[in-house]
Amino acid sequence: MAELQFREAIRAAIDEEMSQDEDIFVMGEEVAEYDGAYKVTEGLLDKYGSKRMIDTPISELGFAGIGVGAAMNGLRPIVEFMTFNFAVLAADQIINHASKARYMTGGQVEIPIVFRGPNASAGQLSATHSVSYDSMYAHFPGLKVIYTSEPADAKGLLKSAIRDDNPVLFMESEQMYGLKGEVPEEDDFTIPIGKAKVKREGSDVTVVAHGKMYHVATQAAEKLAKEDVDVEIVDPRTVKPLDIETIVKSIRKTNRCVIVDEAHPFGGLAAEVGYLIQREAFDYLDAPVQRVTLPDTNAPFAKNLFDEWLPSPEQVIDAVNTVTYRK
Amino acid sequence: MPKLSDTMEEGVIAAWNVEEGDTVESGDVIAEVETDKATMEVEVFDAGTILKILVEEGKAVPLGGLIAVIGEEGEDISDILEEAKSGGDSEETSDKEKGETDKKTDEEEESFDPVFGDLDEKGNGQPDDGRIKASPLARKMAEEQGIKLANVEGSGPHGRIIKRDIESYEPSKAPAAAPAATVSREDKEHRVSQMRKTIARRLSESKFSSPHYYETIDIDMSAVWDARKQINEISDTKISFNDIVVKAVASALRQHPDINSSWQGDKIIEHGDVNVAVAVGIDEGLVTPVINNTDQKGLQQIAAESKELIEKAQNRDLQPEEMEGSTFTVSNLGMFGIEEFTAIINPPNACILAVGAIREEPVVEDGEVVPGKRMKVTMSSDHRIVDGVSAAKFLNTLKRMLENPLGMVL
Repeated sequence: MAELQFREAIRAAIDEEMSQDEDIFVMGEEVAEYDGAYKVTEGLLDKYGSKRMIDTPISELGFAGIGVGAAMNGLRPIVEFMTFNFAVLAADQIINHASKARYMTGGQVEIPIVFRGPNASAGQLSATHSVSYDSMYAHFPGLKVIYTSEPADAKGLLKSAIRDDNPVLFMESEQMYGLKGEVPEEDDFTIPIGKAKVKREGSDVTVVAHGKMYHVATQAAEKLAKEDVDVEIVDPRTVKPLDIETIVKSIRKTNRCVIVDEAHPFGGLAAEVGYLIQREAFDYLDAPVQRVTLPDTNAPFAKNLFDEWLPSPEQVIDAVNTVTYRK
Repeated sequence: MPKLSDTMEEGVIAAWNVEEGDTVESGDVIAEVETDKATMEVEVFDAGTILKILVEEGKAVPLGGLIAVIGEEGEDISDILEEAKSGGDSEETSDKEKGETDKKTDEEEESFDPVFGDLDEKGNGQPDDGRIKASPLARKMAEEQGIKLANVEGSGPHGRIIKRDIESYEPSKAPAAAPAATVSREDKEHRVSQMRKTIARRLSESKFSSPHYYETIDIDMSAVWDARKQINEISDTKISFNDIVVKAVASALRQHPDINSSWQGDKIIEHGDVNVAVAVGIDEGLVTPVINNTDQKGLQQIAAESKELIEKAQNRDLQPEEMEGSTFTVSNLGMFGIEEFTAIINPPNACILAVGAIREEPVVEDGEVVPGKRMKVTMSSDHRIVDGVSAAKFLNTLKRMLENPLGMVL
C-alpha cells in the first residue's frame, strides 16, 4: 500500500496499463507537454513519447471522434476531457457512436475506449461548468459510467475500465485530485466494474452516496453518530451497471434509505435507485426513501447561493432525520 | 403518583382525604391509592395548600403522573396545568383540535417540504381518511406476529404505523375488543381492579413464558392426622393441616435447594433463604403473603404468622413487603373438597405446590383393606429450572416427612 493523491492513483493506473499494452494511448487538451491540466498525466510524455501522449486542439467533438475511430480499429484510447462540462460538445461521438457502434454492427466492432476527466461542480464556476453528467450518460445503453470517491477505488476501477472492451466514462472531481488515500501497489490490482462497497457499517439508515457526495455523507454520518444515529454508507462506485443488490442488502438491515446525488433530481441516479429500492425492498421499508440532490435549478455563481445549492451534510442529516422519524 | 409497591405501574385514586383549598402539613395523608397489591396511603412531603386536584376518585394514573398541585395560596399554576393538559387524555386533546380546524390548512401547507415531501410532524393516531397507514415493513412484521394493525397506534406522519410501533406493541394496551353494540342487557361490565390486572399480567406471564409440567404424589396423612390432634392439645395456637404442609415443604426445600430457585434469563438463582408463600383467596382475587425463613420457624410460629397474614389479606391490610421475597408457594384447596388440581407458578418461584383434600378411604396395607387418610399434592415446576427427576425427589422427601412427622422435628 502507498499513500497516494487521487491524481497519482489515476496516473498509476494509466501508467501501469500503458506499460503492459502498447495499444493504449492518451489524448486530450494539455495532457502531454503541460503534464495535464490537473497534473494527472505528469511525466507520462517523457516515459511514453508523443505518439502515445497526444495533445489535441480545443475540439472535443473532433478528438472524441478520433478516439472512437481508433478504438474501432483496435487501439485502446484514453480520452481526457478537461472537464465533462466540455464533453457536452463531444456528446454525439459518445452517445451516438461509441455507445451504439457495437450494437449496430451486430457485435463485429468493439469500442475499448475510456473517456475520463473531472465531473460536476468545483466551487464558484457558475452554471455551465458545474453540471454532474454521470446520470445523464448512464441513461444510454452501451455506456458504462464510473464516478469514484477515493484514490484506491479510482485506481482499481480505472484499470478495469482501460481493460474493458466497451466504452467507459470515468469521472473524477477537480476538488478531489489532492485527496490522499491508501492505494494498493500491485500491478494486478483491479476492482470489478459494477460492485458497490459498504464503506461504513450502521444499523439505522442506509445512505447511498458516490463521488464527491460520499464525503458529504461521511461528514453527516459522523455528526449523526454523536446523536446515536448509526449510519451505513454504501458507495456504488459504478453508476452503471449499478450494484443494486448491495444497496438492497443494506436496506434489509436498516429499513431506511437516503440517496445523496450531485446531479439534478429529475430522472437522475437518485430517482433510479429509489425506484429499484421500492421494487426490490418494498417489504423492508419503514419510511419513504428520501434523496438529497441538487435542486432543479442551475448552479448560481454567488457563494452564499452556491453553498445552498450544493448538497451539504446538513441536508443529509435532515433527510436521515426524516426517514428515521426523528423530526 | 408515587411508587408504593415494587411492581406497580399505575395507581387508582381510591379516595381523596383533602379538598382544594385545604392546607396540609408534611406527613399528612392526602389520598388513598389502590395499587396492584394493596390500598396504600399517600403522604405529602411538603406543607402548603392544595391548589388543584387533577384526578377524580376511581381514575388510574401512571407512575409519576400528576395527581394534585400543592403550593402557596394564590400561586400561579397555569403553566403546570397547561403541561398536565397537553400530556392528558385524548378527550381533552380532541376538544382542543376541534377549535383549531380553521388553522389546519395553513399547518398542512407548512408541513409540506419541497425537498422531502409530506412531513406532518406527528400523527394524531387517527387515520385521516379511514385507511390504516403502515410502512411496508410494519405491515409485514404485524402479519408475521399476528398483530392486527387496527390495534396499533401509529407514531409516524398521519398516524403511520412504523417499525418501532410494532416493536413496542403490547397486546394488553390494545383497545378492548368489545363494541358497544354487542353488549346485551344481561351483561355487566366490571372495572378491572388493580389486583385483577396484576393477577392477569403475572400469571399470564408465568404460564406463557415458563414451561410448566406437573407431578402428583399421594401421601398417607394418618400420622399427621394423629400428630396434629396431639399437638393441638398443647399448642396455644391451633395448628392447621396447611401449617404442617408448609413446615414440611420448608424442611424439604432446605434439602433440595434446586427447587428453591429462580430463573433469571442468563442465570439461575438458588436462594439462601427458604420463604414459603401461602396463596390466600379473598373476595377481589388472590394474594400470596410470605412466611419468611419458614424452615427456621416452629409449627406454632408458622401457624401464628399464617393466621395473621390471612386475616390481613382478607381485610386488604397486607403491606407490599409482606407479599415479596417468596421462594416457593403453597396453594391449598383441600378445605373446599378439591381432591387434586394444578396451579400456575407464582413468579419468580420455580415451583408451586397444589394441595388437595385429605380423603378418608379404604387402602390396602399388608394385603388387607384398612381405613386410610390420603392427600394428593401436585407440584407445577418450571422446566427451565427444575427437571422431572429433581421434582420427583423433592416430592418423595415431602411425602416421607409428612408420613413420618417426627422427622421434621429433627
